[in-house]
Amino acid sequence: MTKPAATPEPYTTVIGLEVHVQLQTNTKLFCGCSTKFGAPPNTQVCPVCLGLPGSLPVMNRAAFQLAMKAALALECRIAPFTKWDRKNYFYPDLPKGYQISQFDLPFSSDGWLEVVDPKGAFARKVGIIRVHLEEDAGKSMHDEAAGTADTRIDLNRAGTPLCEIVTQPDLRSPQEARAWLNELKLLLVYLGVSDCNMQEGSLRVDANVNLHIPCPDGSVAKTPIVEIKNMNSFRSVERALIYEAARQYDEWQATGAELGTTPKQTRGWDDPAGVTRAQRHKEESSDYRYFPDPDLVPVTVSEAEIAAVRASMGAPPTVLRTTLAERWKISAYDADVLVNQGREIVAYFEEVATRVGEGKVASNWLQQDVLRTLNERGEAIAAFPIRPDALADLIGRVQQGDFDTSRGREIFAEVLASGRSVADVVASLGIAAVGDDELIALCRELITANPKIVADVQGGKEQAAAGLIGQAKKKNPNVNPAKVRQTCIDLIKAM
Amino acid sequence: MQPAELSAVDLVAAIRQGDLTAVQCTEAFLERVARLDGSINAFLKVDREGALATAAAIDARRKAGKPLGALAGLPVAVKDALCTRDLPTTCASKMLAGFRPPYDADTVARLRAADAVIVGKTNMDEFAMGGSNENSAFGPVKNPWDLARAPGGSSGGSAACVAADMAPVAIGSDTGGSIRQPAGLCGITGLKPTYGRVSRRGLVAFASSLDQIGPMARSAADCALVLETIAGHDPLDSTSLAADVPRYTELLEQPLTGLRIGRVADHYAAGLDPEVKRGVDEAFAVFEAAGATIHEVELPHAKYGVPTYYLIAPCEASSNLARFDGAHYGHRSNPEGSHRAGSGGQAFESPLVEMYCRSRGEGFGPEVKRRIMLGTYALSAGYYDAYYAKALKVRRLIRQDYLDAFERVDLIGGPVSATPAFKLGEKTGDPLAMYLVDLYTVATNLAGVGGISFPCGFTRGGLPVGFQLQGPALAEPLLLRAADRFQRLTDWHLRRPKQIA
Repeated sequence: MTKPAATPEPYTTVIGLEVHVQLQTNTKLFCGCSTKFGAPPNTQVCPVCLGLPGSLPVMNRAAFQLAMKAALALECRIAPFTKWDRKNYFYPDLPKGYQISQFDLPFSSDGWLEVVDPKGAFARKVGIIRVHLEEDAGKSMHDEAAGTADTRIDLNRAGTPLCEIVTQPDLRSPQEARAWLNELKLLLVYLGVSDCNMQEGSLRVDANVNLHIPCPDGSVAKTPIVEIKNMNSFRSVERALIYEAARQYDEWQATGAELGTTPKQTRGWDDPAGVTRAQRHKEESSDYRYFPDPDLVPVTVSEAEIAAVRASMGAPPTVLRTTLAERWKISAYDADVLVNQGREIVAYFEEVATRVGEGKVASNWLQQDVLRTLNERGEAIAAFPIRPDALADLIGRVQQGDFDTSRGREIFAEVLASGRSVADVVASLGIAAVGDDELIALCRELITANPKIVADVQGGKEQAAAGLIGQAKKKNPNVNPAKVRQTCIDLIKAM
Repeated sequence: MQPAELSAVDLVAAIRQGDLTAVQCTEAFLERVARLDGSINAFLKVDREGALATAAAIDARRKAGKPLGALAGLPVAVKDALCTRDLPTTCASKMLAGFRPPYDADTVARLRAADAVIVGKTNMDEFAMGGSNENSAFGPVKNPWDLARAPGGSSGGSAACVAADMAPVAIGSDTGGSIRQPAGLCGITGLKPTYGRVSRRGLVAFASSLDQIGPMARSAADCALVLETIAGHDPLDSTSLAADVPRYTELLEQPLTGLRIGRVADHYAAGLDPEVKRGVDEAFAVFEAAGATIHEVELPHAKYGVPTYYLIAPCEASSNLARFDGAHYGHRSNPEGSHRAGSGGQAFESPLVEMYCRSRGEGFGPEVKRRIMLGTYALSAGYYDAYYAKALKVRRLIRQDYLDAFERVDLIGGPVSATPAFKLGEKTGDPLAMYLVDLYTVATNLAGVGGISFPCGFTRGGLPVGFQLQGPALAEPLLLRAADRFQRLTDWHLRRPKQIA
């Protein structure tokens, strides 16, 4: 482990995160309703998720196993016996008046996820205290625009399976917190556990933060822990933490208030204003009156089930980075870029590399051409019209010397625009391999017409031969510049 | 013979054979409801039209030679705690006045599938909380044996309607005795099956770990008939048992020779009415005469049953009833009205909190509020271990007591309640006295086993005395067989209240 990047701040920022992710199941955690996002309000509901009298929950085992997948990937211990508890509170988007959650026996605990900075600034194992499963509440939409106090409730989301991941306070900077969240998201998306779409609310983050401030007398002052809510992107998390750390330092300097002297404060991140604001403080902390849900039976998990879930997981990003770099002899940086793009990109890359028989060139094409195009078009790889076999075909032709890379890029663009095959585009552009005899004839012609260059080359300035390439391309756009150069030099030397 | 005088078994047979049509049968009971229920108040809703339409459809199907369900044409009254999609389901609470669920309870669906005729919804203690039926928001039920007395509760409407021959069978629910105690006080037979034997889906939950639906009828044989239809695994109730459903009606014949019945000395402690004691002693004698042997057994922790029950049940209830908050369905306080009425000096945190407080304050009756407060308190931080967690431990000890006792005996017999039916209003001022009406019944629920109650005599004043048998898990065949044998040897269950005859 390397130390976190040295910061100019006179304190250490101590951060723990609480992440909620919606699981990518077809149906809700305790009923058969769809979890699809974006349906008209209150169309994906039934007596169970509406909390109608007499309705009863039945656990969705597939959701439980998906949550297990996440926990296993986070190196957590899976409890052989777990149960469901009710968290009681009143709110209109919580139709039963309680949320089915897990209190004292979460299904998994004691894991970690490493965050690595490719630039080497940090590599840290961040401890996971627990991962538990619970049902989501509905959504309250406060209709302030209409100038009324009306609140609309959409219960489509109510009952959607939600994993809560709670870290140890192991993160030491806002940048590291953001990087760790990126790594977590990548992992969960890789596993197919969640789409982690923050806009749709399928990933939500709260952060607990305080400062450890070394004092001249050798002691360390600790500021009161603040929980930050309402952060809508990883960038917001980073910004909010930077702001909050600075704010806490100022406050400490002004008041000297330390941990334990005040109750834990909750502050909301105001993104446009770029500040955290104190949320209304309740006199008493909420008492959720947790108790075991008598409508549900405890869940037992066998070693065989854990093994089956583990077997279905596939390689996590950390492992994939190493194997990709080793298998295709690409740099750690390149492997990181590819893996960070997601499982589909990696699969695409590997197919191209296999067909071409080389990793580096495939990686270059992926990064410089495919990813750039996807970015420009705002497309996912699944919808990308140039499939791996076509790209491999193109790269193969460049490698054979049929044409150079820049010509290859033109073909790439044309294939993309026209939707035709590489062979078609090559033919229609009149690109045909130039035969050796034809090339030699062309070079002789150029040598005859450029005595100055010939003299320069003969005088030892081989680079002067480059001047012939442009002329060659004008005469025949299909010539391979490298071949033109080499042939001319060979001919001049033989003169 | 009048249809109302026939047993459910005979009614089903008569309809099947064509001696009686389903419409005639239904009309006969509806006629009694129309004539008698004004003074008894057993029904919160009588579905005359729906019942007759169902009956007519059954008759038409029979005529056409189409197959009929096991209960074809049998009128059934259903406790208003069970959801019915075409009838209001109120739990006798203002909170749910007029509420119509969009679905049928599993039990109701099974009854309909068996071609039973649902004649209406019966009165009860509000949200099944009570032992006298005086906690109904829609007026108390009167005991058909003495209209000045309570029928017991909470399934008092179901018990009274069967006792008054307004329905041959009724469905009740039993959380701490709510089937067996009113059955005892009304002189009918009521079975609380093993926890999980009948699906709870669609039963408005009072205390989820204790609630169980069961049949109430004039005889054990009729209870067996109904249980055959309503018992069974429900994949949509996680606590439902997957065990096969025996043919209860076909398992009644075997004699009781060699049956070991336990008697608990604690049941004879101070407070047991001498006339009840006499009935119970005579019942033991009947069983002995039938070939059973009586053995003294101990349930050492049963004496903690009532306090244990009155922690666990309110804790669960405080959470189960949180959904009745006025936000989505049920009673919501009218904000205009409340503003006019003023806040009574009460300051609310927000309009939302005010809506919750007013809606729940207006919608729930005093006993429901009392139990919600008890449960909320007992689950609160700092009290949980002393109350709820401790109650769970005692519950395990009580369960173990039963397991130990059933190593030695097949069934445990005794009184179902310490006194015969008490006067309306007699205990309403003393909640603790009211809680003690569950003395002999709560432990069955805490242990999760089954129990049956049936009449074993009458007081000199003409009030029925009930006897209770409890059995191990899934011993319903034995409970029904023992009660049925008792009823072949006695005629207490055939007596009808004179006042309303």
